[in-house]
Amino acid sequence: MTNAKAKQLVILSGKGGTGKTCISAAFASLSTHSPVNCKTVFVDADVDAANLSLVLQPIKTESHEFWGSSQALIDEGNCTGCGACVEVCRYDAIFLNEGNMQTYWIDPVACDGCAACVYACPEGAITMIPQQEGYWFRSETAAGNFFHAELFPGRENSGKLVTLIKQFAKLDAQENKADLIVIDGPPGIGCPVISACAGTDLGLLITEPGQAGLHDLQRALGTLQHFKIPTMICINKADLYPQGTQEIHAYADQQGVQVIGEIPFDESIPKAMINGVAITEQYPHSPAAIAIQKMWDEVLLQHIMEEA
Amino acid sequence: MILMISSQGQDLTSPIEARFGRCPWLIKYNTDTKGSEALANPGLRQSGGAGVAAAQFVIDQGADVVISGDFGPNAANALGASNIAMIKFPADVSQINDVIELFHQGKLNL
Amino acid sequence: MKIAVASGKGGTGKTTVATSLALSLVPAQSVRFMDCDVEAPNAHLFLHPVLTRQIPATIRLPKIDPVRCSLCGKCVEVCQFHALAKVGKTIMVFPQLCHGCGSCTWNCPEGAIEEIPHPIGVMELGDTPAGIDFTHGKLTLSEPMATPIIRQLKKLDRNDQFDITIFDAPPGASCSVVETLRGVDFALLVTEPTPFGLHDLKQMLGIVEELKIPCGVVINREGIGNDQVLEFLADHHIPVLMRIPFQKEIAQGTAAGLSLIDIHPGYQEKFQELERNIRAIVAQEIREV
Repeated sequence: MTNAKAKQLVILSGKGGTGKTCISAAFASLSTHSPVNCKTVFVDADVDAANLSLVLQPIKTESHEFWGSSQALIDEGNCTGCGACVEVCRYDAIFLNEGNMQTYWIDPVACDGCAACVYACPEGAITMIPQQEGYWFRSETAAGNFFHAELFPGRENSGKLVTLIKQFAKLDAQENKADLIVIDGPPGIGCPVISACAGTDLGLLITEPGQAGLHDLQRALGTLQHFKIPTMICINKADLYPQGTQEIHAYADQQGVQVIGEIPFDESIPKAMINGVAITEQYPHSPAAIAIQKMWDEVLLQHIMEEA
Repeated sequence: MILMISSQGQDLTSPIEARFGRCPWLIKYNTDTKGSEALANPGLRQSGGAGVAAAQFVIDQGADVVISGDFGPNAANALGASNIAMIKFPADVSQINDVIELFHQGKLNL
Repeated sequence: MKIAVASGKGGTGKTTVATSLALSLVPAQSVRFMDCDVEAPNAHLFLHPVLTRQIPATIRLPKIDPVRCSLCGKCVEVCQFHALAKVGKTIMVFPQLCHGCGSCTWNCPEGAIEEIPHPIGVMELGDTPAGIDFTHGKLTLSEPMATPIIRQLKKLDRNDQFDITIFDAPPGASCSVVETLRGVDFALLVTEPTPFGLHDLKQMLGIVEELKIPCGVVINREGIGNDQVLEFLADHHIPVLMRIPFQKEIAQGTAAGLSLIDIHPGYQEKFQELERNIRAIVAQEIREV
């Protein structure tokens, strides 16, 4: 084991659909023929809408169950209908059985797994049942090892799953002496985003011009600043709404944040996505691919390799 | 002095485990008697708060020093407040035995 | 009727569809709009509400009275989230792990735990110039839990009757989306005809199926992708209720904060028809149950 640490780059956006995953996939393909040798490990931290594997074409080498929180279950035979459980439940998850109005049942969709009802039930009729909430995988791709997951629809704990796959990616990077971990983050600013950006060295915010993009960029940047992560901005579809692009530049200047790239609107992006190939691989001479290549070189040379 | 070391297995020849909150086993080692035992980490089963659960376990075991690869912020807060020393694995160890030997040689730095 | 607009994948046009639907219906019906994407709320940028009321969204954090606490450790034992630890002669609280469930409070034999409301965000209410009753929630930066705010937003709606209530859901397919969809009559799923859109739409359909909510799909940016989404929907007998083509003027207009009916007034009639179709599906569902 070595103590030499791989740098961690997290790609976020606030607003969804700005192109995080397409850019992560392009970075993966670029990392294999970069001017400097940069061994990279990849993480798809958007575990409830995990799309990076649709482009990286991973071969799964390990598959693990992810067990998350537990849910409370009432043994109807022992329920006397006293309602002590209802009194303590803050999640409105406990209801009278329709067929038998003397007993209660717990809606698993609403249960938070706090177990307050378990302790409140005088009959000991409630138990906690552990839940499998998804799978996580270690995979090999042409660009390097890849850690990803599938959260079952509607489950909790996506932040925990993100933390878990990041931990394994970090260990893998240590073992294989990788230089960089690229983390494709989820949208928003909440628990999975906080998990995705914890401990990272550099944030790249992908935004698009427009009122919604700018508003969400501000919240995402605020979150990264809160965790003191140095951050850069990339404007995707920059030519679609030039006025919005100017507003982002003005905001970035005011915040002292570098705009590291502008990617023009380019139909090559969805076309490459449909073929399951990174845009820089399939259409290397398209305007978007050239812009992404320029950005990757700058990220790599200015921010990843400078201290190496 | 009681050491607790995060481990992938139950033996002194087991590989070390870099994760503290979610290590499968914690090897408890008494530096005076040189006796050891393997304890299952209760944090491993937790969906959330694994670091705090593992820290609470280590505190309850009366540990003086915890040795692992990395400590999350919550675990570090709880261990720090209990005056338990946290040491990260040095670069050249792979087994629990290596860690114990380095400790006896006085080569583990706090 | 209560409709949730959701998508799985982010950036497919949920908010564009939800706000345009609200604006199309408000001339003839009473409309409430709730933006449940509390991590990245954007609907106000399109509906321009005058926000006149603010209600803090809170969770209740335990505060332990050191005088009464006997250090028995019961609170540590009952907390499923490990938000409490017994450390030396004190009980430490880890606010970021606490769900505010109250279990420690109820189980403390000494009555030593008091609960302090901890703000995690804010709910803002007001009316829009078009007459839509508007509410959104905003998660405070660096707070992890969005779901409690959504739960509190939906509580505000519980006893009110509007002709139509539209919930704008967050992206993804985890617990916060489930909380938004709980108890609605219909889920309107917005997707784009790409592999990413299809993958995430399938995740959404998993939730809708588990909650037993009728649903239909809006295909946005038609023309940029392929036919996989349409083929999948046809195979699974899921109705396509509207198609919005990819046009630069729509992309530019929505970027500038315009709704679809501002960009193409003809969409008002299309959204009204969409709503009639939704009501027909919901009525059919009720008859079958």
